[in-house]
Amino acid sequence: MEITLWHLLDSLLAILLLGLAWSALSGTDLKRGVVLFMAFGLLLSLIWARLRAPDLALAEAAIGAGLSGALLLLALRDREKSENKAGQPMSLLRLATVLLMLLLAASFALAYVTAVTSNTGGRLAGLAFGNLEQSGVSNPVTAVLLNFRAYDTLLELAVLLAATLGILALGSERRPFRRPGVLLGALVTWISPLLVIVAGYLLWTGAHAPGGAFQAGALLAAAIVMLRLGGMTSEQLPHPLLQGWLLASGIAAFMLAGYLATFHDLAFLQYPAGWAGLLILLIESAAMLSIALSLGLAYLGGSPSGWDERSSRGKRS
Amino acid sequence: MTELLGSLFILASLAFFAAGSIGLLRLPDVHARLHALTKADNLGLGLLVAGACLIGGHLLLALKLLLVWLLVMFASAIAANLIARHAMKDGEES
Amino acid sequence: MIDMDTLLLTAAVLLLVTLITGLVRALIGPSLQDRMLSIQLLGTGGVALLILLGLLLKIEALVDTALVLALLAAVAAAALTRRETPHD
Repeated sequence: MEITLWHLLDSLLAILLLGLAWSALSGTDLKRGVVLFMAFGLLLSLIWARLRAPDLALAEAAIGAGLSGALLLLALRDREKSENKAGQPMSLLRLATVLLMLLLAASFALAYVTAVTSNTGGRLAGLAFGNLEQSGVSNPVTAVLLNFRAYDTLLELAVLLAATLGILALGSERRPFRRPGVLLGALVTWISPLLVIVAGYLLWTGAHAPGGAFQAGALLAAAIVMLRLGGMTSEQLPHPLLQGWLLASGIAAFMLAGYLATFHDLAFLQYPAGWAGLLILLIESAAMLSIALSLGLAYLGGSPSGWDERSSRGKRS
Repeated sequence: MTELLGSLFILASLAFFAAGSIGLLRLPDVHARLHALTKADNLGLGLLVAGACLIGGHLLLALKLLLVWLLVMFASAIAANLIARHAMKDGEES
Repeated sequence: MIDMDTLLLTAAVLLLVTLITGLVRALIGPSLQDRMLSIQLLGTGGVALLILLGLLLKIEALVDTALVLALLAAVAAAALTRRETPHD
């Protein structure tokens, strides 16, 4: 096996990945750890790009680099500076953890090597590509997520909704930020609409190019985060009733499409012929809104203040 | 011909990225490092975008690349200022 | 003439080496802002690397990824530098 430049690139990426992961977790300064974790997310997006997985690179850039970093920083925000030191578990526990991790790594490596070297059976990818024209979209990732394995995606949305309900039950939201200065205000003013536009663009191109509901939803959530950093209060969010509907809309769209099929003597979620493309677009639009609001509420950190008053205000009028 | 010109742009951009990183390592404090990083890297990105437009071929790609470059310039200009202010006020957290 | 793919690949490797040397500042850098600089570096350098990879692998969607990365780097910078005082 000759050593090519690709091997050099891959080795550098791998070493950098491991180095960033190690340094993010080592040391006691938590803010340092979070910043290094954000860098880790950025690097992971580059690695997905190198591995010819642009859909994953898009998702990782949005979620791993921006959103999870912002969430972690928010978690550190309200603590005293002295509290932001990682604790040191006892050495026996540490040793046990290291051994467990090594065992896991070894079993993963074994599984991977076995899967790659054994040649029995065809690969599912061939099956997916073979049926691509009937799926209604031409991007194979979208076809798998929204057509061939639509049931999995429906359940994922349900898990996301369950998590959001848990967050809403945690209590009131974190206190909002104060008014921003001129510069941050300008950044928010320009970047938030751009995030919305690019989200819509990714939703549209998801049918024939890398993109789709998850990436678009993550970008919309980033817009919510940006607005929040610019001082938005939860009064400026949509009405709580509308928020509830938006949260449920992804699952609702899926269920409607699924039951629509049963009225035509088909199985649940078996899209009628010729309708697949349109149904996928509608479901993805609804799912984008649900995902965006779920992640946005996660950033808010609890049920928005004034949720109860605004709901009853609506009922009274 | 365009490919040769594009390659030259890309090689030039590498030099600027290198300058930015070297400045990041060797300069004495945060504010100086900000200068090196923001200016050199953005210029390097601009040259890279120019080279990519020449190599890539079609107009839509060139427009997207131009948008990316303008966006990075805008965002990093503001971000550099925000980081500098953050560094100045580190002593007087309120 | 030189093969375009080899040139792009060499450029990508050199760019990655530059990014790694810049990231040393993230590990050493005494203050928090030095580490914020490393995010800036990875943001701009990452966009550059994505464009190079897009040309190299002939995947045009990587330019879209570069756009998303640029936007999210802006969000990251805003989140990192946000304080409570009204002047930021």
